[in-house]
Amino acid sequence: MPSKDQIRAEAARLHEFFKGSGVRCVEPDILQPAKTLLDLYGEDIRARAYVTADPLKGEQMLRPDFTVPIVQMHVAEGDGEARYTYSGEVFRRQEVAEPGRSNEYFQVGMEIFDAEDPAEAEAEIFARFHAALAPMGLRAAMGDIGLLTAIVQGLDTSEARRDALMRHIWRPRRFRALLDRYAGRSKVPHARKLMLEQMSREAPEEILADAGLIIGLREPSEIITRMRVLEADAAEPPLSEALVEMIDDLLDIRETPGNALDRLRDIAVDMPALDPAVERLERRLEAMRGHGVDLDQIEFEASYGRTTMEYYDGFVFGFYAAARPHLPPVASGGRYDALARVLGQGREIPAVGGMIRPGLVLELNQEGL
Amino acid sequence: MALKLGVPSKGRLMEKTFDWFGARGLEIRRTGSDREYAGSVGGIDGVDLVLLSAGEIPRELEAGRIHLGVTGTDLVRERIPGWENRVEELALMGFGQADLIIAVPKCWVDVDCVDDLDAAAAAFRRTHGHRLRIATKYHRLVREYLREAGVADYKLVDSQGATEGTVKNLTAEAVADITSTGETLRANHLKILSDGLIHRSQATLFKSRGAAWDEPERTAYAELTGRLAKFR
Repeated sequence: MPSKDQIRAEAARLHEFFKGSGVRCVEPDILQPAKTLLDLYGEDIRARAYVTADPLKGEQMLRPDFTVPIVQMHVAEGDGEARYTYSGEVFRRQEVAEPGRSNEYFQVGMEIFDAEDPAEAEAEIFARFHAALAPMGLRAAMGDIGLLTAIVQGLDTSEARRDALMRHIWRPRRFRALLDRYAGRSKVPHARKLMLEQMSREAPEEILADAGLIIGLREPSEIITRMRVLEADAAEPPLSEALVEMIDDLLDIRETPGNALDRLRDIAVDMPALDPAVERLERRLEAMRGHGVDLDQIEFEASYGRTTMEYYDGFVFGFYAAARPHLPPVASGGRYDALARVLGQGREIPAVGGMIRPGLVLELNQEGL
Repeated sequence: MALKLGVPSKGRLMEKTFDWFGARGLEIRRTGSDREYAGSVGGIDGVDLVLLSAGEIPRELEAGRIHLGVTGTDLVRERIPGWENRVEELALMGFGQADLIIAVPKCWVDVDCVDDLDAAAAAFRRTHGHRLRIATKYHRLVREYLREAGVADYKLVDSQGATEGTVKNLTAEAVADITSTGETLRANHLKILSDGLIHRSQATLFKSRGAAWDEPERTAYAELTGRLAKFR
């Protein structure tokens, strides 16, 4: 195993790849306010990050990544297109030891905000990582969450159903369960059926009045609103089999980027809402070629990044040691406009970035791939 | 060194544990006075009884300071990360049954299953500006269950006691707690989600994988388990 000094030196070497004209080096604090991270990531982050308490600042977390503090930095002081790079340790709590994952490890990365041309910024990020890792001969994979969100947005169904699907883009199992329900493939739960039957005879207010003492912060009006939502949903016609198959076809795509683009164009014939996302992909691939990336060496997977990279909502990529599939990616990244929008309190901040694990780079170089 | 068997030091759990071993011909005797936390097991040489609070037994098993221990499966799963690699279940003892469940106010007529809880949490967060709070002391088990079920927009708040009262006191919107009859839940105007059973717990005899298992401990273990096996 490489020593910490060696890893630090490797991090410095990789850091050089990202420095240069117009790229600002930043070093966010190790202690980050826990509240921001909990609001963003939810309860799962507690299982993955170290929480500690400061008598004055309240609950703090040892930085689990650089992205969030750098977005905050940009929101506070940034103006227009900006490039940042960083190098340092992150801290990840682990319930069970996993190969290649440490509790504290170095990350070297780069982020681009507010780029004039988003496709060009994505290509630039990918090309820089590609160049930095080129000697290692890693497997490169990429995807685009924006394709799936585009197809969901284009579904001919109620807004409530589209919203529910959008909310679970990153939870494939729940997403699938919702699709099955909307397509009428799964049974309506018994209790739901009873409630709907009762609603056909009685007003929601009456049903609620018989349900016992009202307790808690969730108001009767909220309960009634959801009852009406369920009633409206029951009246909604099922999603057509063709639409569900279209989503399956999209998620099954695993090809060279060129072939993937052809299949996506096929799907878009029946789903014009997909067109802008496909065009975006096309422009990105063009820009990547412009940066000298050999696209035929990259695998495009339409479902890539759905389970492991919750905040990415567009272009996603990763570099892997093909012969060591149990190891985490050597590098990964993608677009995270929605996260930046939340941290920017509604301000649109197109954001794309990625990070490398220098420790893993060294380990693989020492042991061979 | 002797083989150390950790058992709960008081209450019904202790009595039932003594009964369980007694019924299998292994009489547990406390040595010395009633207040001394030590004793012998079935007269087997090289087995030491260690009386501990039931809540400390998982930690002692994990650390390998006791070889065997009696405690609830809920506490082991909650307190020992990767518990399968640290301890082994030797025998389910058939008492101390309790279910870890998720309960919501009975007045939530629109919520029956985890699916509903997730949808209600999304709407709640939009309306109130914060995540739907679930009070519990079983953070790991509840978080894993909800992650597996794909529930979002919730947060866990710690509650070490009187958890059923948190909804009425407006410190949580739902609870995840241990129940055996459901009586306390009903009295507090709560109902269990139809698919909200997170874990079914009972008193269990565990073996520590991390303790020192040398010749004397292995001999004592063979004798003890041999006599337990005869009972079946």
